[in-house]
Amino acid sequence: MKITFDWLKDHLITNTKEAKLLEQLTNIGLEVESVASSSNGIDLFKVAKIVKIEKHPNADRLKVCDVNIGNQEIKKVVCGANNAREGLITIYAPPGSVIPKTKTKLVVAKIRGITSHGMLCSESELDLSNESEGIIELSSTKYAKSIGKSFFSKSNSNLIDLSITPNRPDCLGVRGIARDLAASGFGKLKKSKEIKIRSKLKQTLKIVINREKVQGCDAFGSCLISNVKNTESPKWLKDKLFSVGQKPISAIVDITNYVMLDINRPLHAYDADKIEKGIIVRNSKKGEEFTALDNKVYKLENGMCVISDNGGILGLGGIIGGTRSSTELNTKNILLESAYFDPRSIRNTAKKLNIDTDAKFRFERGIDPLSIEAGLNQAAALIKEICGGEISKVDIQKSKIFKNKIIKFDPFLFEKISGFKISINQILKILKELGFKFRKEKNFIKITVPSWRPDISQEIDIVEELVRISGYNKIKTIYPIKKRLKSTLTQSQKLFHFLQRAIASKGYLEAITWSFTDSNYNSYFKGENKEIEIVNPISSDLSVLRNSIFSNLIMSIGKNLDRGFKDLSIFEIGPIFTGSNPGEQNTVICGLSSGKKSRLSWIEEERNVDVFDVKRDVIQTLVEAGYSYDKFFIDNEIPDYYHPGKSGRLFLNSDKDKVAAYFGEIHPNILKKIDLKTESLVGFEIFLDNLKLPKKTLNDQKTQFNVSDFQKSERDFAFIVNKDVKAQDLVDVISRVDKKLISNVKVFDVYQGQNIPENQKSIAISVTIQSNEKTLNDYDLENINNLIIKAVENKTGAKIRT
Amino acid sequence: MSDLTKIKNEFFLKLNRKLNLSEINDIKSDLFGKNGLISSQFKKIGSITENERKKFASDLNILKDELQNLINVKITEIENAEINEKLEKEKIDITLPERSFVRGKIHPVSQTIDEISSIFSEIGFNVEEGPDVENEYNNFTALNTPDNHPARDMHDTFYLDEKKQKLLRTHTSPVQIRTMLNNKPPFKIIAPGRTYRSDSDQTHSPMFHQVEGLHIDKNINMGHLKGCLEHFIKEFFEVNKIKMRFRPSHFPFTEPSAEVDIGYEIKNGKIMIGEGDQWLEILGCGMVHPNVLKNVKVDPTKFQGYAFGIGIDRLAMLKYGINDLRAFFDCDYRWLNHFGFDPLDVPTNYRGLSR
Repeated sequence: MKITFDWLKDHLITNTKEAKLLEQLTNIGLEVESVASSSNGIDLFKVAKIVKIEKHPNADRLKVCDVNIGNQEIKKVVCGANNAREGLITIYAPPGSVIPKTKTKLVVAKIRGITSHGMLCSESELDLSNESEGIIELSSTKYAKSIGKSFFSKSNSNLIDLSITPNRPDCLGVRGIARDLAASGFGKLKKSKEIKIRSKLKQTLKIVINREKVQGCDAFGSCLISNVKNTESPKWLKDKLFSVGQKPISAIVDITNYVMLDINRPLHAYDADKIEKGIIVRNSKKGEEFTALDNKVYKLENGMCVISDNGGILGLGGIIGGTRSSTELNTKNILLESAYFDPRSIRNTAKKLNIDTDAKFRFERGIDPLSIEAGLNQAAALIKEICGGEISKVDIQKSKIFKNKIIKFDPFLFEKISGFKISINQILKILKELGFKFRKEKNFIKITVPSWRPDISQEIDIVEELVRISGYNKIKTIYPIKKRLKSTLTQSQKLFHFLQRAIASKGYLEAITWSFTDSNYNSYFKGENKEIEIVNPISSDLSVLRNSIFSNLIMSIGKNLDRGFKDLSIFEIGPIFTGSNPGEQNTVICGLSSGKKSRLSWIEEERNVDVFDVKRDVIQTLVEAGYSYDKFFIDNEIPDYYHPGKSGRLFLNSDKDKVAAYFGEIHPNILKKIDLKTESLVGFEIFLDNLKLPKKTLNDQKTQFNVSDFQKSERDFAFIVNKDVKAQDLVDVISRVDKKLISNVKVFDVYQGQNIPENQKSIAISVTIQSNEKTLNDYDLENINNLIIKAVENKTGAKIRT
Repeated sequence: MSDLTKIKNEFFLKLNRKLNLSEINDIKSDLFGKNGLISSQFKKIGSITENERKKFASDLNILKDELQNLINVKITEIENAEINEKLEKEKIDITLPERSFVRGKIHPVSQTIDEISSIFSEIGFNVEEGPDVENEYNNFTALNTPDNHPARDMHDTFYLDEKKQKLLRTHTSPVQIRTMLNNKPPFKIIAPGRTYRSDSDQTHSPMFHQVEGLHIDKNINMGHLKGCLEHFIKEFFEVNKIKMRFRPSHFPFTEPSAEVDIGYEIKNGKIMIGEGDQWLEILGCGMVHPNVLKNVKVDPTKFQGYAFGIGIDRLAMLKYGINDLRAFFDCDYRWLNHFGFDPLDVPTNYRGLSR
């Protein structure tokens, strides 16, 4: 909502400075969004006279004009207009001024070798009309004495742009803003002028509001103004509209706009001669069409509130008029409409047809239903004053009777909510100045809400009015007490934070990417999940919710590769989606590592990142989080986006209840398809929702500290096994031989090749044997040796290598 | 000249020459070996007359000690020289690079969430969460934003079905609804998380982060709201004084509603929070609307309180001087490295939020 202090003063008596006004507007919830300096330098445009004209030496169509810009000052201006002639009074734009139409800033420039100091303007360049042929010709009698003066009256009021919240339609009119200011103690609200039209003429056009199941029009007021002469608006009106950034069009249109801006009362003027017989306000039928004032043809659906006549649709009520009945400069007879349309109906229709107009914006927020007559009176009187003509009586048809809302207000609620006190008298004063009517009852105040406040319907809304007008600075600050009754994070939230930092500490940079992704990329990583489409995505490459974090991370790896970063580890912790219902999502920590380790190192051997890098990161992280390494179970059943041979699946224990993590190389086919060029790409996913939360606190988890002081022995074994036997199986078998004596089992070599039969491999294992009770003698050791060999050979088909 | 003097002169001379270890060992055995000169002299003691014996023995012992000391000194000298020579050979260029190490980083949004949680933890808030996909009821209707309400225009929503029943939450406020529906008052929670609006330009991103706050109890009024937020902002920006402005605004789910601005100024191209005469809007808040409380079966005549919503990304930008919101989600390696935090740098109350 754009206003000026000057316009406010039409409704408000005040001597206060503008700076104070801006502060007060914001303080009462009418936020000042911006303040544009005095009419955007529009006062720079001067009335000037061409005193001499010469042909441009280098261009046939151009002229070089000596222009008198006042104070005996003559400027040389190059001009191409045909109508430029000696003696013509026109408008001069100096260097530094900004042309309203093109928004370009003028500079002193050479035009075909001749320096031009500014420009002579056409009407269209100044946004005065669409006339772009030639420069403006001002009447020499009227403007002879004005040479050197600003063409536009310099408004000493800045353009103030307010951000009006959607609950305050009343403040979409200057008067509403003035009323709020006055209530807050900023000036005094002027009494509105009661304009009453005394007419003996009948409104002869018949207006009917059809009875419909849902009728979007509650009331339709109108009057006829006959024998008008539509013309250019007078200067005061044009200046007023200019001052708030509006473009004057013609007197009738300008007047309806002015009344709308002044008291938030949208009006519509029809050329009465173009209306066939009378007006019917009804619901549209599917397929009906009309051409609106924006020159677009709209095809309607059932149930839209339209203004029609015998010939069809004239306009969409409260949204936009049609071309068929629009007023023009030669319009003789006018029907002026002032109606009330239901906000819901307006919003539905505008949304379906995708129309946004000033009238729609106002009606969908709620127009004062009791302003119908005042609006007609104010506008009709102005039309008569400017365009002449005869005004008929006002006709108002209604399909609904408006009733003011009544609220029982307990004044104590104010203090209970706001935390501070004001007197009953203060309360009543504020309410009165905001236009409420009230009666004091025994325990409450019975309040009648003014018709222009659709936002107020219950006690709390009254509290809001009172706090707002009293000033939020009156609220006393009560500082919080530092007391914690409940733990801040739940176990799973703690795990989230722990894993996040644990992975980062392994050298991964944390990334945050969209929860949505490219459907193509997602298809590579969605596994068993269904694609979840967004109905209205921001762009076609962000059209699905991600089933995996890999899609976005791999794109990031690609982008960074393009920037020349080859060796990169990144991760993200966040949601992946398994369905489109609330809650069908899992929290995953997902990482990718690309390129090489120790690239170009003078001291370390360079190598590709591989599956055992990510395996270490996953396992170390889980161990750090408190899960028991000894219980981990790993196999190679993995989703299809991992390398089938170089990837694994990890469970927290051999029950294989829920997958804790996947890790491995990304499938080379995917890299090929997305054309990602890196030496190696490995990744992992840890599923937070599948990790059992520790039931005990860390304190309880620690068992007693028990160590053996007896000597330990280390024995090495080498077994020959089939190639597909897993090292984990051998380790498991050995560990279980004697849990008391075997304290550690470690694979230290895997070998295939010479001296080993084809399809077999040798696994070398070191076993630590130690007793809590005694030093083991040779016999004991020999015994456990044999048990180990026997167990491994029996259970895995291995042969001890001799 | 006695034998002893002869030995002394001869061997002092020998030992003062430059010798290597084996030459010294030879000398040692010449003197102290089984048939060495000194050993032989000791054997002679028995055959010396009694009145000369004492002096001879004493002289011999002195000589023995002197020679032994001299030999030991020589040996030490040589060993030291050898070690020094070896060390000299082992010298390397210590300015060569160390073995590689890796550095991970925590995203500034995550760090900011931890900072926020840490501050609210101290004044008794606990962290709640909700799903990213919400139903229309929790996101709008329960929050007193009926269908066809112009306030819905403020939220350009991503929908997951044509009927517009399932959507990506446009704010973290539905967590209020879930929390209140599933528990009994009082409530004192914050809910940080991802939020979505179909909006994308220099200052808007289709996904961003918010933290919701909710405090409902018997007598919680606007003074508590003001105090809580003032405390938070001071703690978060780690300043003692803060210029803050509460100004009336409108949200369907709170009444009265407020927006909060903080004072700032630009000093040497850097934004200084808490001073100056410029205002920056940083959050929206208000007293929870009675309609919302009714929707979640909390009696508004018995319970009341406040709620607030803060943009986390914006807070991070202000605190850490980050200019471009879109870079947050762009995963540029250089950006993550530059603005990220060391994983060991966990914000805590006792140590302070930031280093």
